[in-house]
Amino acid sequence: MENSKQVNFIQQREHDIRTTDSICINESQKQHKWYYNLKYLAVGLLFGVLFVKAEVISWFRIQEMFRLQSFHMYGIIGSAVLVGMISVWLIKRYRIKTISGEAIIFTDKKFNKGQIYGGLLFGLGWGLTGACPGPLFAQIGMGATVVIVTLISAVAGTWVYGRFRDQLPH
Amino acid sequence: MLEIIKQPWPWYVAGPLIGLTVPALLILGNKSFGISSSLRHVCAMCVPAKIPFFQYDWKKELWNMFFVLGIFLGGMIAVTFMANTEPVELNPSLVKELSIYGVTDFSSLVPVDLVSWKKLLTLPGFIMMVGGGFLVGFGARYAGGCTSGHAIMGLATLQWPSLVATICFMIGGFVMANWILPFILSL
Repeated sequence: MENSKQVNFIQQREHDIRTTDSICINESQKQHKWYYNLKYLAVGLLFGVLFVKAEVISWFRIQEMFRLQSFHMYGIIGSAVLVGMISVWLIKRYRIKTISGEAIIFTDKKFNKGQIYGGLLFGLGWGLTGACPGPLFAQIGMGATVVIVTLISAVAGTWVYGRFRDQLPH
Repeated sequence: MLEIIKQPWPWYVAGPLIGLTVPALLILGNKSFGISSSLRHVCAMCVPAKIPFFQYDWKKELWNMFFVLGIFLGGMIAVTFMANTEPVELNPSLVKELSIYGVTDFSSLVPVDLVSWKKLLTLPGFIMMVGGGFLVGFGARYAGGCTSGHAIMGLATLQWPSLVATICFMIGGFVMANWILPFILSL
């Protein structure tokens, strides 16, 4: 009894953290065996190939973007957002369900000042490393092993945020 | 066909395909697209240290770890079987600017003149790899997401806080690339 209370408390707190920090919420209530996750491995795999082939993970391309020297990255992000928007609209309009029959749920993100402070800091890091978290994994995969250091440092950054979260303005 | 695959893909092919990740993850299992969360899951798995932010049911989020493992493998496959044969085409003014700082190797997607094990212990290399990584991890979590969670998933679902975050990402990037990075490279 006590135990389930505690689980409920953790679940509720996690939900609060995710809405205030506007982290993506995992709405699925289904419990699956671990190998169901292999489908996400497949999506990630295609995504990684795309990253390399379209040079999204290129430090040089990111520098071009921030110096307004090329349309390439703007075209990629812009068309990705547009396709995403249309897909989300279609999912809502036709009440499309998941392959296991669950209704697809969208949760609104709450605004807090973290999006400004954190956003600016993230932007500085993006301009410096030329990579956001996704490309870090792809860069390591394509053989730039030193990027493991950048990834570990990014995990450390996340940890330090979590440690001092209560003291930071939100 | 193989020739087309081996060339760099144009934005109007890659962009829409990246956009399709959003409905793919939603339809496969009600998952919101986001990559920086994986860094939080690593913390929760490895060093939770009784910090409330890292105490949650990370097993439910294992899908995200499979997703990033896929990205890693995708990178491996792309360079092994589909590698570009031509050198990367870049804006000549960027090439000129970077050559001032001794960056002349454009053969890889990462600047090997700056990002390598050998450069890790130089000041610019350390700032770029360790400092940059820290900012990416700290900033993404503080902002509640990275390029995928805010700029793509957030904007696709018309979330205005994500628009604020995306604008701030861009401002930070502009400031770094145009004003701070030249200083770091000249160290």
